[in-house]
Amino acid sequence: MAKLPISAEKIIDKFGPKKHYTPMGGFEGSHEPDKLVKTHCCFCAMQCGIQLKVKDNKIAGFEPWMEFPFNEGRLCPKGVQRYLQNNHPDRLLQPYQRVEGKGFEPITWDNAMERTISEIRRIQTQYGNDSFAMLSGVSLTNEKSYMVGKFARLALKTKNLDYNGRLCMVSAGAGNKKAFGLDRISNSWADLKHAEVIIIAGSNVSECFPTLTHYIWQARDNGAKLIVVDPRVTPIARTADLHLPVKPGRDSALFGAILKQLVDNDWIDHEFIEKHTNGFEAAAEAVKDYDLDWAEKTTGIEKEKILQAATWWGKAKTSFLLHARGIEHHTKGVDNVLSCINIVLATGRIGKPYCGYGTITGQGNGQGGREHGHKCDQLPGNRDISNPEHRKYIAEVWGVEEKEIPGMGLSAYEIIEAIHRGEIKGLISICFNPIVSLPNNNFVREAFEKLEYYVAIDFFLNETARHADVILPGSLHEEEEGTVTTAEGRVVKINQAIDPPGEARKDSDILIEMARRLGAGDKFNFENSEAVFNELRVASKGGTADYYGISYEKIEKNMGVFWPCPSEDHPGTPRLWEEKKSAFPDGKARFNPVAYKEPAEVVDKDFPVILTTGRVVSQYLSGTQTRRIGKLVDQYPEPLLEIHPSLAIQYNIQNRDLITVRTRRGEATFPAQIVETIRPDTVFIPYHWGGSHSANQLTVGDLDPISKIPEFKVCACQLIPTGKKAAPAEERSAYQSS
Amino acid sequence: MTVTKYDQQMGFFIDMQRCIGCHACEMACAECETNGQESMIHIHYVERAVSTQTTVQVCMHCEDPACANVCPADAITKDEFGVVHTAETSRCIGCSNCVLACPFGVPQKQEKAELMMKCNMCYDRTSAGKKPMCATVCPSGALFFGTREEIELKRPDSVPVDTFIFGNQEVKTKVKIMMPKGSNYLKVH
Ligand code: SF4
Ligand code: SF4
Ligand code: SF4
Repeated sequence: MAKLPISAEKIIDKFGPKKHYTPMGGFEGSHEPDKLVKTHCCFCAMQCGIQLKVKDNKIAGFEPWMEFPFNEGRLCPKGVQRYLQNNHPDRLLQPYQRVEGKGFEPITWDNAMERTISEIRRIQTQYGNDSFAMLSGVSLTNEKSYMVGKFARLALKTKNLDYNGRLCMVSAGAGNKKAFGLDRISNSWADLKHAEVIIIAGSNVSECFPTLTHYIWQARDNGAKLIVVDPRVTPIARTADLHLPVKPGRDSALFGAILKQLVDNDWIDHEFIEKHTNGFEAAAEAVKDYDLDWAEKTTGIEKEKILQAATWWGKAKTSFLLHARGIEHHTKGVDNVLSCINIVLATGRIGKPYCGYGTITGQGNGQGGREHGHKCDQLPGNRDISNPEHRKYIAEVWGVEEKEIPGMGLSAYEIIEAIHRGEIKGLISICFNPIVSLPNNNFVREAFEKLEYYVAIDFFLNETARHADVILPGSLHEEEEGTVTTAEGRVVKINQAIDPPGEARKDSDILIEMARRLGAGDKFNFENSEAVFNELRVASKGGTADYYGISYEKIEKNMGVFWPCPSEDHPGTPRLWEEKKSAFPDGKARFNPVAYKEPAEVVDKDFPVILTTGRVVSQYLSGTQTRRIGKLVDQYPEPLLEIHPSLAIQYNIQNRDLITVRTRRGEATFPAQIVETIRPDTVFIPYHWGGSHSANQLTVGDLDPISKIPEFKVCACQLIPTGKKAAPAEERSAYQSS
Repeated sequence: MTVTKYDQQMGFFIDMQRCIGCHACEMACAECETNGQESMIHIHYVERAVSTQTTVQVCMHCEDPACANVCPADAITKDEFGVVHTAETSRCIGCSNCVLACPFGVPQKQEKAELMMKCNMCYDRTSAGKKPMCATVCPSGALFFGTREEIELKRPDSVPVDTFIFGNQEVKTKVKIMMPKGSNYLKVH
């Protein structure tokens, strides 16, 4: 039973998170490094170029990489401090096993592997192959993602494999596939600079993708109008020409109303609609009742502002629409995305210079990780696991019979539900921290406690790995070569700077060894990452995400190559759809009618306030890495409850009063931060923390029926002032990271 | 002898409007060889209760630096490139005169070290032809290091301002603040 063997406090004492700082004067070798390794930041999908200073197999610091074309040296605080994850005192340096009452004790690699293999065999013999599931992460390189997909299907022989991109951009991916037949942003960031109008919907760009801010400002220097749709006045919304403070969960009503304005005022591109799209009439019909009064009532945005946005968008010649989790983390995330695509298609502003549309991928390899087959419904090259032809092609590449590849399995949250129901008994995870990152996480924790065997591959003991029976120390980003695909579709090279320390091993070596012991070693004869990439190229050939023409050499030479790149002499594709041909057989893009639907949980008299969640600039995802870096923790040491003064007055709340937030799933207490930069009917909590500070105890586990993404961004809550005040932030920070 | 490649054409421009309060500049400044993990640039919220606007506080490298003028130990010097250097450790007596004299409130006394420390425009980097750490990393373009022509070309709606008026006192600085077109000076109350 995967319960904690000792108290969480005792585990934290030994494995952290502890704050790690650079010593005064820097690490040894920071002034005279042995070498500078050109690579990328390990965090968000901007994947900023950076050079790591290496001394004696340790990272001693960084130096900006001025030549890398996307960021030209620019970095956010996470990028500046990312080198501190190396040489961290919390780093897992040997395999451990859980010993009831004692905690985690070191074991040998051989024993750890043997135990894991025999547990996999026992569980699969007793309950069937699919009773052992795997959960993966998109901080992994393309090579590792590809290997995980192959490993789960051919070595573990389970259909139940999914990944943490399921919590990120799958709604955008599903929407893109429905509209274009292909899932990638349409243009490189370079096109953004010259767009006349930019809409950013549900993306706190300045805190989640800070280096992209520079591109938006460049566009504005060129005269672009910026429209930001967000319930909060984020730093990017603060300076926008138009800020639309949408009520959480009402985005498709807004975009539907804009589409209606475009149609009514004839601000549409008839020729483009006629020649290059299908389904316009149905999409227009679906919004025919969405007049401005209705839109104002539904979205909470003044109708003049909605009309202004429609007018700017309608009359522009060039435009860019970007969205992120704010509109995707919903039970109708796919609808929200499609409602955005509809206004892009209606105005024909795609596939030409300075016109574009796309999602801003969140996780480091959120783009590449959603193409190479560790999704439950997908095979490499963005192939469909249920499509017989796609299956046959991959079976040939893998040298197996088609029937040996399992079919579609459960998605991430559904895997947790199946564990809770007792249908899935064993789990292997790699770089995924669902106890912090999934919604309704008290339920998630209960599920983990029911597992008969859980093995975690990770480099730090995160909140979920604390439940593991066996922990296998894997590798950091800088410890293995590979590629990742940035949010703009550029495949870049991660260079190995150092070897894994202690007994830690490269993730791919762990997977290969496990595959060998499971009897599938012949399918994993990879000498190095490049060999994996070369197989991935072939596996992706002819798929929509075609990497065949990309090689390590070509990436290094060009500082990245945009997919699709179908042949060796192909330069890559920074701008999609220039031929005005979508990936569908008829070459046309598709409108999808979107009728507005309410969120899964709306406010009522018992739970009268809307709760929404998001990020802060100094933290990343579930904080496994960033909650261990001293200055990043100090910058924003604890999750705060952002609340508007008018709501605060109703509850008699003052700054730093401790407020219990209760939802139908749980409750947690946070210090209040009273700010006018949020809608009066909504409160906000950042989600990067675990334990008692976890915002995801409160969020709802309802899923989008198509993308299976949970509705993180809206639920109903009660606010209960505790009558106590929080201690000053510094004093509390010692307890923050639990 | 080390040959300095200090390029006089290059200047430091600050556009507060663009600042997203990310603190990357502070963290990068602390990485500077001479700063010993202390940052010489500081980011503050103007008034978090009403806005997410942040401000950048960094040495303005005044033409006629008050901090140097009032220093009884002659620890602060301005060089031929217009860079006002941090207090020389062997001379600084930690009296805090500079802290009180600076109209921009820049020099800070490091209590632990009993020393004044402030930005020297990343002299180790700028004199070797590199850009200052903070301006290099700033993800939003709020901090920019380059030529006046470059910035004027890139930001047609703003102008660099280097004249500040504090009551009757006029201060000219090497570091420039980007202001809306038409501004010539900044009046500080
Ligand atoms: S976190 Fe993202 S924006 Fe920040 S430095 Fe890393 S890749 Fe760049
Ligand atoms: S110029 Fe250099 S020393 Fe001055 S604030 Fe910027 S990084 Fe720090
Ligand atoms: S790095 Fe730039 S945007 Fe970030 S706080 Fe500093 S000045 Fe502001």
